[in-house]
Amino acid sequence: MFYREAGDFKTSYTDDSQTFPIKFDRYRYYVVLAVAFGIIPFIINDYWANALLLPFLIYAIAAIGLNILVGYCGQVSLGTGGFMAVGAYACYKLMTAFPDVSMFIHVLLAGGITAVVGVLFGLPSLRIKGFYLAVATLAAQFFLVWLFNRVPWFYNYSASGQINAPERDVFGIIITGPNAPAWATYLFCLIFLALCAVLARNLTRGTTGRTWMAIRDMDIAAEIIGVNPLKAKLTAFAVSSFFVGIAGALFFAVYLGAVEVGEVFGIQKSFLVLFMVIIGGLGSIFGSFAGAAFLVLLPVVLKVVGVDVLGWPTDIVAHLQLVIVGALIVMFLILEPHGLAQLWRVAKEKLRLWPFPH
Amino acid sequence: MKTKLATMALSALMAAGPAVADLVIPDLSYRTGPYAAGGIPFSDGYNDYFTLLNERDGGIGGVPVRMVECETGYNTEKGVECYEATKGEGALVYQPLSTGITYQLIPKVTADGIPLHTMGYGRTSAKNGDVFSHTFNYPANYWDGASGAVNYLLEENGGDLSGKKIALVYHNSAYGKEPIRTLEELSKKHGFELAALPVDHPGQEQKSQWLQIRRDKPDYVLMWGWGVMNQVAVQEAANIRFPMENFIGIWWSGSENDVLPAGEAANGYKALTFHNVGTDFPVFDDLQKHVVDAGKAAGAGDQVGTVLYNRGLYAAVLAAEAIKKAQEISGNAEITPADMRDGMEALEMSEAKMAELGLPNFGPTFSVSCENHGGDALVGVTQWDAANKTWTLISDFKATDGDVIGSLIDEDSAAYAAENKIESRCN
Repeated sequence: MFYREAGDFKTSYTDDSQTFPIKFDRYRYYVVLAVAFGIIPFIINDYWANALLLPFLIYAIAAIGLNILVGYCGQVSLGTGGFMAVGAYACYKLMTAFPDVSMFIHVLLAGGITAVVGVLFGLPSLRIKGFYLAVATLAAQFFLVWLFNRVPWFYNYSASGQINAPERDVFGIIITGPNAPAWATYLFCLIFLALCAVLARNLTRGTTGRTWMAIRDMDIAAEIIGVNPLKAKLTAFAVSSFFVGIAGALFFAVYLGAVEVGEVFGIQKSFLVLFMVIIGGLGSIFGSFAGAAFLVLLPVVLKVVGVDVLGWPTDIVAHLQLVIVGALIVMFLILEPHGLAQLWRVAKEKLRLWPFPH
Repeated sequence: MKTKLATMALSALMAAGPAVADLVIPDLSYRTGPYAAGGIPFSDGYNDYFTLLNERDGGIGGVPVRMVECETGYNTEKGVECYEATKGEGALVYQPLSTGITYQLIPKVTADGIPLHTMGYGRTSAKNGDVFSHTFNYPANYWDGASGAVNYLLEENGGDLSGKKIALVYHNSAYGKEPIRTLEELSKKHGFELAALPVDHPGQEQKSQWLQIRRDKPDYVLMWGWGVMNQVAVQEAANIRFPMENFIGIWWSGSENDVLPAGEAANGYKALTFHNVGTDFPVFDDLQKHVVDAGKAAGAGDQVGTVLYNRGLYAAVLAAEAIKKAQEISGNAEITPADMRDGMEALEMSEAKMAELGLPNFGPTFSVSCENHGGDALVGVTQWDAANKTWTLISDFKATDGDVIGSLIDEDSAAYAAENKIESRCN
């Protein structure tokens, strides 16, 4: 009834090819943006920011990045944790070397450095595919973590090998460190997420995205019709690593504040982001958001229900949490292999016909 | 989702009942994951002592203690979530039992004005209270541990370690790397050769490290391990027939969990400690009567008297004493986190006080001051008896090398102060 194309006339090609061609969709998108930018910053507190929203926003950026590589270009990667670590350590080195430069620039540069590293580790993808490429990126994961643990220059020779985010600001507003207000850290991450999502959406709709998808669907056919696999694969690695690097930098500088590479950016992180992408939906920007929300919020909700509402012992709730999240993942993969994004698509199809399905 | 969560949080608050003024102690425990074997007994001891105070004395100074438990799984992200979830309830002191979480919380607690007590772990240079205003690590820290081990070896060898080879097997994390700097300094001072062998998380794979030890034949092996890594190391040492009496673990590598799997072969293994072992103290009778027999013990209630249970108990004792001190200073029974910090800074543990608490000779005597948040750094050594399945204190609490450690602490805390622009506050 509300959700339909009928009566929504387009008079130019630009209108016709916009991201949200259906009016209702478009307004919903504006409302989400308005709430995220205009309302939440005023009601947010430390708990909401640090326990729920920051991890959600940052994981969403990482998931978008990985989705470009795995979902759009079909190159399986298990190196996300390692690339996030590159972003975090690049950001740390920049923050300590140039304390007066704005955090915006540091985070963007950290993303750029990660893109270069990503391209380097993406080179083998020109020769190997599928599982073998997954193993090659797994090597990147272990090598990068080992490197940051091993070479003291990366952690400025601190005794414990940890990196700690010093206090830095943007236009005089503190963004990192313990005194940063919740709304500022939230907005900072939200701006990056919004920019990344718009960029990713438009990249994947244009020529670049089409070449990625051609390579994903069948690389030999793509090569025959004139897609340059070198360019397509390496741009996918570069763009993906850029996003993942931004996520790593924010994860360290804004969210955690102190990082120990083996624990925070280990292989579990790679799997976690990969699960987000798979559960959310391969090849879908919305899926990256949905997957990140699912895996960040669900454990917290289960904990709140189990411990605070029902008053169960914390260890039982922690074990139940593993069981429930695991069972839900298996269930999703069986019932809807294309992820939460597909559920959303189906729901939209149904809504278009409602209340008169044929 | 959000409104649902908000209503849940609200209903949880209401379920907690009317706002009775009480002393809120959060317990960031880990009863799951690869480090649970260490987390469970510590948390049980920590909880049981406060339960005892509530049951026997009606709380501290007439105000009951309320424990808020939150599961971290030894994971820093969950640790942050737990901290944010509990700090709003008026938490008096945090004891996360994780060096990684400690590093994260040091700046946060300082900004929020809540004290953090990292007993025998965390950032060693937090001993310098002039820089770390809200972090306490009495009665001993890692560098004291390193120096205590070397001092013990000096004693064994008649005061001379020159030409000896000492290997350090460590957990490859912030925790395991802490002692290296001190050991390097001490190796220069005493002329022994140091070889550091990292073991990656979680520590089940140590074959190559022990192969190297078998090849290099060090005279002594020190270990900075935690969780499953300890058991594997003791087993591996037994496999290469390394003499157990030359194998010394830090206090986090010296509990029953670590030696029982190796059976007879673990006999003679040594570990450092900063508190006594066993249940031969009057307070355990009270615990049995008021907590265990009453069915109020935390967890499964089967950990009473183990090394880590005693450590959790000791942590609770020190927290309770600091609360008493804070009540005395502020004159209020219901104290704030700021009062608690002052209480911790004025804490004095004397032999008479420990005896009065039913814990004679349980821990070293020490006092805390504005400059010194780390106590007097007395370290003892315990040894495992596999036949009787008991730990015994074989070397009493002795002083460590204050010159070496002091200058290292000054250096590290000065760097932190410069990085974070902290001004001196003790005069």
